[in-house]
Amino acid sequence: MNWKKPITSTLKSVSLSMAIACSGTYIAHAESLGEPEKEELKFGFIKLTDMAPIAIAYENGYFEDEGLYVTIEAQANWKVLLNGVIDGTLDGAHMLAGQPIAATMGYGTKAHIITPFSMDLNGNAITVSNDIWKQMKPNIPKMADGRPVHPIKADSLKPVIDSLALAGKPFKMGMVFPVSTHNYELRYWLAAGGIHPGYYAPHKGDNSGQIDAQAFLSVTPPPQMPSTMEAGTIHGYCVGEPWNQQAVFKGIGVPVVTDYEIWKNNPEKVFGISAEFAEENPITTIRLTRALIRAARWLDENNNANRPAAVKILSQSNYVGADYDVIANSMTGTFEYEKGDIREVPDFNVFFRYNATFPYYSDAIWYLTQMRRWGQISDDKSDQWYKELAAKVYRPDIYEKAAKSLIAEKLFSASEFPDFSKETGFKAPQKHFIDNIVYDGNKPNAYLEKFKIGLKKGDKL
Amino acid sequence: MSSTTVSLNRKTMAEKTIKVFKSLFSKLTNAMLLPMIGITIFLFFWSISAASIHTSLGTFPGPGAVVKQFSSLYSEHVTEREKAVAFFERQEKRNLAKLEKNPDYVTKIRAYTGKETFFDQIITSLVTVTCGFLVAAIIAIPLGIWMGLNKRLNSALNPIVQIFKPVSPLAWLPLVTMVVSALYVSDDPMVSKSFLTSLVTVSLCSMWPMVINTSIGVSSIDSDLLNVSKVLRLRTFTHIQKIVLPASVPMIFTGMRLSFGVAWMVLIAAEMLAQNPGLGKFVWDEFQNGSSDSLARIMAAVIVIGFIGFLLDQIMLQLQRKVSWDKSSASI
Repeated sequence: MNWKKPITSTLKSVSLSMAIACSGTYIAHAESLGEPEKEELKFGFIKLTDMAPIAIAYENGYFEDEGLYVTIEAQANWKVLLNGVIDGTLDGAHMLAGQPIAATMGYGTKAHIITPFSMDLNGNAITVSNDIWKQMKPNIPKMADGRPVHPIKADSLKPVIDSLALAGKPFKMGMVFPVSTHNYELRYWLAAGGIHPGYYAPHKGDNSGQIDAQAFLSVTPPPQMPSTMEAGTIHGYCVGEPWNQQAVFKGIGVPVVTDYEIWKNNPEKVFGISAEFAEENPITTIRLTRALIRAARWLDENNNANRPAAVKILSQSNYVGADYDVIANSMTGTFEYEKGDIREVPDFNVFFRYNATFPYYSDAIWYLTQMRRWGQISDDKSDQWYKELAAKVYRPDIYEKAAKSLIAEKLFSASEFPDFSKETGFKAPQKHFIDNIVYDGNKPNAYLEKFKIGLKKGDKL
Repeated sequence: MSSTTVSLNRKTMAEKTIKVFKSLFSKLTNAMLLPMIGITIFLFFWSISAASIHTSLGTFPGPGAVVKQFSSLYSEHVTEREKAVAFFERQEKRNLAKLEKNPDYVTKIRAYTGKETFFDQIITSLVTVTCGFLVAAIIAIPLGIWMGLNKRLNSALNPIVQIFKPVSPLAWLPLVTMVVSALYVSDDPMVSKSFLTSLVTVSLCSMWPMVINTSIGVSSIDSDLLNVSKVLRLRTFTHIQKIVLPASVPMIFTGMRLSFGVAWMVLIAAEMLAQNPGLGKFVWDEFQNGSSDSLARIMAAVIVIGFIGFLLDQIMLQLQRKVSWDKSSASI
């Protein structure tokens, strides 16, 4: 696929252009980059540890190195943040991967948002309240030392939901946004255990996502998850850190599964900007991408050696603001499940390794398949449609320019990036899902047919 | 004879001094000692009850924890200022380098991009509340005067005023936010949208006491005064200037004082909900952070909010005393 130019409707044959693409014709270096068109920028974020690249790029002076004067501002929730980027009060923001895709597609607020930079892999978990955990625990196989075998599957939750349903009580869980990674991960996990998370039907005006549901999901802003669960409004939630570890520290719930176990090295947040901004400020866009790439590498450098320093920055009240210990629990390579059950998850947060920052088309397409699976896309679409939309939103071309200029300045070596001369933007078929279903980004429709629960070809609510 | 008068005089002198001392003492007790005792008892009960309230963020902060947070907020402020100085130094260097490369480059000093400290947020809140209040006053006082002068207008507008008066700022806020975003479009805005949103919300909620008090003050002017004006055949403007305003100043200021109190209360709520910079946002951010210091920091903010509210009220009171001829109306 040719990402050298933004894809337009004139693009006819994806497979053909893919062959011609990526010839690496850029002679990008510092001199040719020029001064940024807009120097004063304002970026938004939600209080989650995966906003780290933005905080680090600021604190380590990477933004200033690019001549950018960036103000960073916490936002109340994902909707406010997205609206900020659309109406221009924010120049860019830490976004859910699904947000730019849904906005460009026109699900929810319609606006062309792009992403030149993927912010991290993994980093989420599903937590249930103490009460639910007590009922789930007997259904989970145990290891020799009595601790539960991981990954914990939703199969163990199903009897709990059934007994709640018999008593006439709905099982409710919180997720952070209708197009959030968390929504899709939570749904994936539930459905893999035979629990129906409910469909959306936007063409009928039903955006509750609770049609046919056995588990009722609703939106709660991340920082409010623990208190909402404590109040009994929800039985559990899927959210990023530190809000799962917070539940352990507060003693109000137990994280049962991390998204790393649901889908190993799944793409998470992206850095979203409006297409208009990128068009009007091409140099600024490349420069901010450069700063973010440098920050991401710093976070992963020397086997996470900088993580404690990063945690210290994140625990400042203007960033994530939770206690050092809470943030450190997941950021420094471990994860605490049930109180005291601390396990090694070195890749719980990945910021740079495994080409984490490269915006892969296949990642965007995975989100699109899940949107179709749960009815947010009401009709069948062709594989071609999936690819075109992905290319409209994910912009590896900008990333490539930024990376190449960093290589030219000797700040990075070429081996730290994907091989741009061969990169297609599609990852090889990925196998590491909790239900062992293989995902191939080139065949979204075939992928959808593999799920037991979910809309398939021809289905319409 | 003369000696008896002297002794009598002495006696009365002594009595007088004792009296003076007594009254001074009672004044001192009323002004200093009793409030001190009240505060001490409050602190005592606060620390005792705080220790027994256990939340999921640890025990409820007692006075000690709050004092500690005040000092840590202050030291954060100092560090942030140092960072700002370094920021400007770096910027200057960068600008010089750019000038060297390109002599036509127009340098511009960018504002500091770091976070707003607690003390910055206090100032932001004060500025917002003052501006909001002034806007409200500019609208409310002329409207009130007009309504006071014109009985028909008064009966026409009164129901509207009565309906809007009790509306909470939280109800106005979404509407104000949307309207401000729609109408206030500019490439290089003078003030930020969030500032404007808080300001408008504050004005909307705080203007009603002023409108009502002014109109009552104006409509209840002594008829003798009105007759004087009629006899002199004063023009409307002179009538307002010479008769109406001086006569209704006490009521207008009572209204203003009430309004300022309302404005301060509304502002905190508006900042909290709309994420506008200021003390309200500080409280909300700390609540969201959920760190072990959060509750103590929120408590620190609560005390500061209360203290500032009290100071604002005192300032308004002094103003009212100064401009009002009727000193009795300006009581505490």
